[in-house]
Amino acid sequence: MSEVIQHYLDQHAALKGSLPGNELTWLSASREQALQEFSKQGFPHHRLEDWKYTSIRPIEKRQFKLVETTDHTVDAASMSQYLCKDMACHLMVFVDGRFSAPLSNLGTLPDGVKIKDITTALTEDTELVQTHLGSAADISRNGFAAMNMAFMSDGVFVELQKNTKVELPIHLMFLSSGKQEEVTSQARILILAGQGSQAKIIESYQALGNSVYFNNITTEIKLAANASIEHYKVQQESNKAFHIATLQVDQQRDSTFTSHSVSLGAQLARNDINSWMGDEGATCNLYGLYVTEGRQHCDFHTRIDHAMPHCTSNEFYKGILDGHSRAVFNGQVHVHPNAQKSDAQQSNKNLLLSKDAEVDTKPQLEIYADDVTASHGATVGQLDQNMMFYLRSRGIDYNAAHALLVYGFAHSVIEKMSLEPLQKHLETALVNRIPNAGQFSDMV
Amino acid sequence: MLEITNLHVSVDGKEILKGINLSVGTGEVHAIMGPNGSGKSTLSYVLSGKEGYEVTEGTIIYEGKNLLEMETDERACEGIFLAFQYPVEIPGVNNSYFLKAAVNAKRKYQGWEELDAMGFMKLMKEKMPIVEMKQDLLTRSVNEGFSGGEKKRNEIFQMAVLEPKLALLDETDSGLDIDALRIVASGVNSLRNHERSMIVVTHYQRLLDYIEPDFVHVLSDGKIIKSGDKSLALELEDKGYSWLDKTA
Repeated sequence: MSEVIQHYLDQHAALKGSLPGNELTWLSASREQALQEFSKQGFPHHRLEDWKYTSIRPIEKRQFKLVETTDHTVDAASMSQYLCKDMACHLMVFVDGRFSAPLSNLGTLPDGVKIKDITTALTEDTELVQTHLGSAADISRNGFAAMNMAFMSDGVFVELQKNTKVELPIHLMFLSSGKQEEVTSQARILILAGQGSQAKIIESYQALGNSVYFNNITTEIKLAANASIEHYKVQQESNKAFHIATLQVDQQRDSTFTSHSVSLGAQLARNDINSWMGDEGATCNLYGLYVTEGRQHCDFHTRIDHAMPHCTSNEFYKGILDGHSRAVFNGQVHVHPNAQKSDAQQSNKNLLLSKDAEVDTKPQLEIYADDVTASHGATVGQLDQNMMFYLRSRGIDYNAAHALLVYGFAHSVIEKMSLEPLQKHLETALVNRIPNAGQFSDMV
Repeated sequence: MLEITNLHVSVDGKEILKGINLSVGTGEVHAIMGPNGSGKSTLSYVLSGKEGYEVTEGTIIYEGKNLLEMETDERACEGIFLAFQYPVEIPGVNNSYFLKAAVNAKRKYQGWEELDAMGFMKLMKEKMPIVEMKQDLLTRSVNEGFSGGEKKRNEIFQMAVLEPKLALLDETDSGLDIDALRIVASGVNSLRNHERSMIVVTHYQRLLDYIEPDFVHVLSDGKIIKSGDKSLALELEDKGYSWLDKTA
């Protein structure tokens, strides 16, 4: 066994008494099983097809510590920069992976809606959590999935009962305080959307310092028939951080799942987004934007399973790469043999702003049914010269035209968001990020 | 206002314009007609400074300045406007924001104060009736999903807002039905005045029924082979471009 795996086993042995739900035998057994899986698999290596272009050596060579401190507070003022302006919401804040009640503000929840930290849920909703935790996300998928189950340090439990609608967005904010170096948090989110229920959920990952840390997150969302969930993910980690996340979605009949994932931070970010459409009439929309610079590395692996007929999927991802950064997009769509009348559309467009930036894009359509509408396309290129000429012919100078086009390229993804305050928040983040775009701050 | 002398232009090493001479005075409207491939669009692109058009010989003097030394955006700020034959779609860039950036770039260049949101709105409201511009076209991405007619209207709308000294209309009539043509042409006519010059490039005489030129030039194989008044356009429509090849 490698030294680093032994390190995590030691961490687990030392901390397991303080992990949430440690008194529950079934959970301890699950954790133990996951730990064994983790020590068996270790971290994924580049010989695995899914990890060919993303090396997790920088994670593997460090020995991250699970955060033990009880100081889970940050200055409320410094936190507020990450709250969307003019957006009332049900807010849950986590600091270094642990729930912070003083910073959170759940407000009044509609009847039939539960939102709570997973530690509380393990006590109050034990049966539900036991039934569903890990039912969508499989620990044998890879070492990170197993690690998360074994170390699950805190997280969120959401239950929407039949036909409930949460009007205000639910914002789950994960902050890294930067108080300690080389720490890891292993958050877990479980969302159960009952039949006909509806909600908008934001997961955000943001840093208050510029420290090295490692977030390993697993989110499971289960949509019952006719449920509708809009999931927003904003990744603005410190640029020294490691961010590994799996979003596993299980969709029942006529349910609609929409994911918007925006990746701006971290030195290494890997997102796995998988949706299983297990019954007829389901719709899955995956939208994403990654913006990288310097030596950042960002990897999106998505998989959509059309397991039954009459399901629809739309996937639209864009990337903007500068400096020596690197991105990976792997979009797998699997149409099962009986999934007739499936409609699957996919597109991935990449803009390279530097000759040293590199992207590996791989659309992967596997279709085993014969009556299917499907299309996919991937592009990698520079800014369109005709667009540049058009803007400049109106008097806009080269730098401004360039900034406007890069901004527009990114904006065409985030304009699909129905949550306007979050869209504005991201527009501001983009204007600050794109070279020379600052002059357009009044655009937001 | 504009003096083109012995202009030779090559694209990818192939000579397209082979010695154009053209003089446009202040407030004049010149029509340039010609068959496909005669170099009509090349002339518009060279005047607005598109990359890839190499001037191998000749000069273009605009308001006493050497136009060929100016960048595309500089020319625009100096008052040159090109209404595109095929306006470009720019996803993600809001049409009114784009226009505001353009208006303010020009104002900044001229040393004027930039317009704020209120001032810009006022300007929009004032110009929108000129081409019966619809409000929703302003809030959408530039030209994205616009119909052919809407794109051309958007071009003339931009022209109305930017108030150029020299407007180049590159086949503004192409692909328009009669109703759309009427709206676009009446927009152009309302922008005609004794200080604004226009070069109207077209394949069809039809446009010139609506926008009456002071001069008509016929371009063929990279050269102006005949010039005259508006009656030349009618004669050309009647007899076809082949008539000129015979007389030339």
